[in-house]
Amino acid sequence: MCMFVTSRARMSEIGCAEMNSSGQNWILGFERPDGKVGIRNHVAVIPTVVCATVVARRIAMSLRGASYVDNQFGCSQLEPDLEVTFRTLAGVGRNPNVASVLLVSLGCEELPVEKLADTIASSGKSVEVVVIQECGGTTSTVDKGVAVLKRLVEEASRLRPRRFDVSSLVIGVKCGGSDATSGIAANPVVGYVSDKVVDLGGTIVMSETPEMIGAEHVLIKRIAEPATRDKLLAAIKRWLKIAEERGVDIVGAQPTRGNIAGGITTIEEKSLGAIIKGGSRPIRGILEYAEEIKGRGLYIMDTPGNDAMSLAGMVAGGAQMILFTTGRGTPLGNPVAPVIKITGNPHTYARMRENMDFDASPVLLGQKTVSEVGEQLFELVLEVARGKLTRAEVLGHNEFVINKILPSL
Amino acid sequence: MGETKVLVLHPEDNVAVALTDLRKGEKIRVVKNGRVIELVLKSDVPFGHKVALEDIPKCGYVVKYGNPIGRAKVRIQRGEHVHVRNLESTYVRDRVCRDE
Repeated sequence: MCMFVTSRARMSEIGCAEMNSSGQNWILGFERPDGKVGIRNHVAVIPTVVCATVVARRIAMSLRGASYVDNQFGCSQLEPDLEVTFRTLAGVGRNPNVASVLLVSLGCEELPVEKLADTIASSGKSVEVVVIQECGGTTSTVDKGVAVLKRLVEEASRLRPRRFDVSSLVIGVKCGGSDATSGIAANPVVGYVSDKVVDLGGTIVMSETPEMIGAEHVLIKRIAEPATRDKLLAAIKRWLKIAEERGVDIVGAQPTRGNIAGGITTIEEKSLGAIIKGGSRPIRGILEYAEEIKGRGLYIMDTPGNDAMSLAGMVAGGAQMILFTTGRGTPLGNPVAPVIKITGNPHTYARMRENMDFDASPVLLGQKTVSEVGEQLFELVLEVARGKLTRAEVLGHNEFVINKILPSL
Repeated sequence: MGETKVLVLHPEDNVAVALTDLRKGEKIRVVKNGRVIELVLKSDVPFGHKVALEDIPKCGYVVKYGNPIGRAKVRIQRGEHVHVRNLESTYVRDRVCRDE
């Protein structure tokens, strides 16, 4: 079969007049069949294996309203990595920013395509599959895929967003390309917003476990359940062991010479400057990479520090938006979640202006307090959650990298 | 809020971060818990580096972001630059302060 349909959720038109939020803290959301709320309405085109990436990309680029999700794996992987690939692709497909999904399969990959389609479709979304080996090769599959995608995009465009309370937000927080200003200005400002979102009933997820080494003593004090505490400590130990096996002494190598020149004295100080972006509220749970975020409040996801891998994991977990702080400036985005770029470095804000969404440098310049600038960032979060495009979205940054631990076979 | 030269990241901190290169002898005003603290710098403090807001005894904790970031290797005076010379991590093997 060149093409098969897994499920066809009823695409009902949702009235836009209804308001179930009061006050100013509303967002514009697309309600999905499983009750989750997205702030974008993408049709995701996902290759289930690297061999299908060129075909999938050509299909996605043919039409407006489709979003291509990259995947370099799906075959020749050892079981734990194949499972991570599966969980990540399933999670992105189930992310509430996604209206429906077109999977592009080669046909003989190890990744179980039908199971992937079923897992995504169990959220009530339409999932369709085109198979290159069955459709007759590259151009025939592109033609077939575009025809299917056209229908999915038209169906998705019938959905109307409506007002929801800010407590529907699930936001991932991340820092990358950090410098001396990150821990002083940008991360504390994001931490202010994290606390505010949690206090309003929303959800924050913080990742990059290796960056937490040196701050375990602070993090575990914020975890109520002993089993959850143990889970975090075990995750940190695992990273230390992986590094040690490769001859890397993470604790001994931190802070780096550059950090010390910038004023960071100890590993505790460096890690505290990183985790401050998650705010100060109790930690509700420790999630595996790409594991679904089920509750509300503050969560930690065990991911590498790598920016694109970390974002992919949090978005697969259900994050609809990313707050990304950077000192040096990075253009990184994500195919389904808007990424807000925040810098506390005034020079970076000027030099990388076209990629930066928010200037936190008034904190650094002593002109405004963390809470004053944090309130401004919160306003931007609301705007983006009401449809304003971020710089990464406008510029088409859709980087997506799935975590991988073992060698391929 | 007017221009300030240092930033206190948490009300419980005993250090502040320099927002510009500061010179020995410079007078600094810091607002902490709504109270104004005035300091005279005992050493140069470069941008991004820390200055002690109060005297910290030897092996006392240095607190930033509301949490200990290490312990004082030697007694640190109010107004002094706090860095590798007088602050040590509790993670490193060779350290002056051991748990008492």
